[in-house]
Amino acid sequence: MDGTTHMTREMTGARMVVQALMDQGVDTVFGYPGGAVLPIYDEIFQQNDIRHILVRHEQAAVHAAEGYARSTGKVGVALVTSGPGATNAVTGLTDALMDSVPIVVLTGQVPTFMIGSDAFQEADTIGITRPCTKANWLVKETDRLAATLHEAFHVARSGRPGPVLIDIPKDVQFATGTYAPRAGHASRYQPGRQPDPAMIEAIVEAMETAERPVLYTGGGVINSGPEATALLRELVSATGFPITSTLMGLGAYPASGPQWLGMLGMHGLYEANMAMHGCDLMLNIGARFDDRITGRLDAFSPGSRKAHVDIDPSSINKVVRVDFPVVSDVADALRAILETWKARGARTNRAALDAWQGQIDQWRARKCLTYTPSQTTIKPQYALERLEALTKGMDRYICTEVGQHQMWAAQFLGFEDPNRWMTSGGLGTMGYGFPASIGVQLAHPDALVINVAGEASWLMNMQEMGTAMQYRLPVKQFILNNERLGMVRQWQQLLHGERYSSSWSESLPDFVKLAEAFGAKGILCKDPADLDDAIMEMLNHPGPVIFDCLVEKHENCFPMIPSGKPHNEMLLGDASTKGAIQAGGAVLV
Amino acid sequence: MALNIATGSTSHSAYDLRSTFSEVVEKHTLAVIVDNEPGVLARVIGLFSGRGYNIESLTVAETDHQGHLSRITIVTAGTPQIIDQIEAQLGRIVQVRAVHDLTAEGPAVERELALLKVVATGDHRVEALRLADIFRAKAVDSTLGSFVFEITGTPEKVDAFADLMRPLGLQEIARTGVAALSRGVKTA
Ligand SMILES: Cc1ncc(C[n+]2csc(CCOP(=O)(O)OP(=O)(O)O)c2C)c(N)n1
Ligand SMILES: [Mg+2]
Repeated sequence: MDGTTHMTREMTGARMVVQALMDQGVDTVFGYPGGAVLPIYDEIFQQNDIRHILVRHEQAAVHAAEGYARSTGKVGVALVTSGPGATNAVTGLTDALMDSVPIVVLTGQVPTFMIGSDAFQEADTIGITRPCTKANWLVKETDRLAATLHEAFHVARSGRPGPVLIDIPKDVQFATGTYAPRAGHASRYQPGRQPDPAMIEAIVEAMETAERPVLYTGGGVINSGPEATALLRELVSATGFPITSTLMGLGAYPASGPQWLGMLGMHGLYEANMAMHGCDLMLNIGARFDDRITGRLDAFSPGSRKAHVDIDPSSINKVVRVDFPVVSDVADALRAILETWKARGARTNRAALDAWQGQIDQWRARKCLTYTPSQTTIKPQYALERLEALTKGMDRYICTEVGQHQMWAAQFLGFEDPNRWMTSGGLGTMGYGFPASIGVQLAHPDALVINVAGEASWLMNMQEMGTAMQYRLPVKQFILNNERLGMVRQWQQLLHGERYSSSWSESLPDFVKLAEAFGAKGILCKDPADLDDAIMEMLNHPGPVIFDCLVEKHENCFPMIPSGKPHNEMLLGDASTKGAIQAGGAVLV
Repeated sequence: MALNIATGSTSHSAYDLRSTFSEVVEKHTLAVIVDNEPGVLARVIGLFSGRGYNIESLTVAETDHQGHLSRITIVTAGTPQIIDQIEAQLGRIVQVRAVHDLTAEGPAVERELALLKVVATGDHRVEALRLADIFRAKAVDSTLGSFVFEITGTPEKVDAFADLMRPLGLQEIARTGVAALSRGVKTA
């Protein structure tokens, strides 16, 4: 059928789903079939415009859709059955809600006349997913289905992006109704707001006189799109202000850029956190003062005036009170700031900025990422340094799981562009990275896609080896195997008297044999001297690879701001950890 | 016009910086105009329970049949920062058309209706009727042994009436929760 015809037409609900997806420009759907979605699967079978990727677990379908969305800026789509299919999708929905990822999840539901009867594979999907979606809908009439689908895409991508879900009973899929095309869809949901010129003027005034300014940027810059990134780069180079970013915002400003301070926060760089603590003007662009960023709130950047640009009004003054709130899209705010700043003469406090830069250079000289090298064991930091060196300049996308390896990846890999870094920030979902890498690879078939993983996280969605093999996706699973739930072990060492309760990865599989069992390539590396060759072997292999990199088991991730501490009380290495975390901080996560 | 405020915003400007981080707990009455769709009320209530906000009373009914709109009136309590958060969080619910803080926006009329069942004989009956008269409560059901009174007023007036009825044989009370409108020509 022709997806561009805008005539309304009669068709079944199942056909409408496919038609609406085509109308929305969807080319890939991640899913898993079951009784309540069979009519939709039947329609998918009978067309070639939309490719269905059969994952091996519904959680993976949602993470793959997230990876697809974050690496393209488009809306990701997942399709799952009722009951267990829907409940398996909950972690992915929550992940997408926390990280503002636009995805549409379609769930099958028991037929309308059986809803409420505890029918086979019935679950209250709308009730269960209400708190983990931006919006969700149960569609009870086929005539409403197409409009609801278009609305779902609109809501997912508008304002602060997020996950939405449509629950479609099986009888609604079978019944015939009138298809409403996308072109005619008018939504009442129009959350955009323009920045207030008076507030922009006030921010620019503060910028002109600021002695110690810092830009603190977040995922909002990347979600806003390429224009926001371009404007941010222009602003940074025009003003010479230093810039740091949250985990979610990496790549908006290039890691090789001269003003780059590195990531901030709990495992952020010394110079970034010290600049945040000591600044007199903080420009928060699309970040949300998360607790991983602020540390102890009453000691957070005590001497600064703060501007905050966020498209979501509820982010303003939620945790940190700001002086210059701006509710708007990041690109609109940055454009307004740049224009106003130029119109007023493009002034900065040059002399003070030079002194500030001198101070930052001193902090930088601490070389906070220094670690003790080893000739005999692979240090995880070293593995990432070599991975960075050997893949730099390539058309590269990085995903991660959650744990120490994730923080080291953020510290040691350089991101030059947005949408190249997919990691679970807000929810911290172990098991995110592998399926996300599948979604990324499908969106970018010729690119190098690497999932930097911990062995424990990776096992949480290891069944996706089947998906990678079936669709010939050459995703590289770079496992920093410390045989530990490393981040948990680190906290137990620092906070729980070195009592390592259940933080060992026992009975690990032989990862090389595991790869081979799926028909993939496995590489084991344990000697630093072999590392470069082994990484090259991984890069040169045309198919999926599990790279089992046996690393130092007890390495700790530094710098670290212990929970409950301010930015200027960072731990920089093992020597500084004794007694550093007291009872008050232990209660925090 | 209040109903034209874009979804995702609140009528309370984000630029209005009153002393947001004060520790004083205030009581606020919010009027939330929502699309009359299934699940909206659950989302509003889930927001309060999920984020640990208070609901002192909540009323909801369709108020504009043609426009398919319902009005939810919520009485809540919190510090100014929490109240601002509640409004912003309500404002970003997709089906919420407008949020009005009637307490912050100027004088408002607040009324609640209550039914009180008083089981009494003899002097207590007489006294109950006398007090009902003073409070302009109506006896909407009478038997030889009981009354059901209907009273309308502020929650405080209802409380006061109930307190007086208690020793006279108050057995049961049903309250609607607060409905509220701003005073004067402006609409919320
Ligand atoms: C689904 C889930 N369960 C539990 C946790 C808590 N947690 C955070 S990091 C971590 C250990 C991760 O171990 P591994 O993947 O091997 O990474 P490492 O820290 O060793 O690099 C755990 C259990 C989590 N983040 N997600
Ligand atoms: Mg590990």
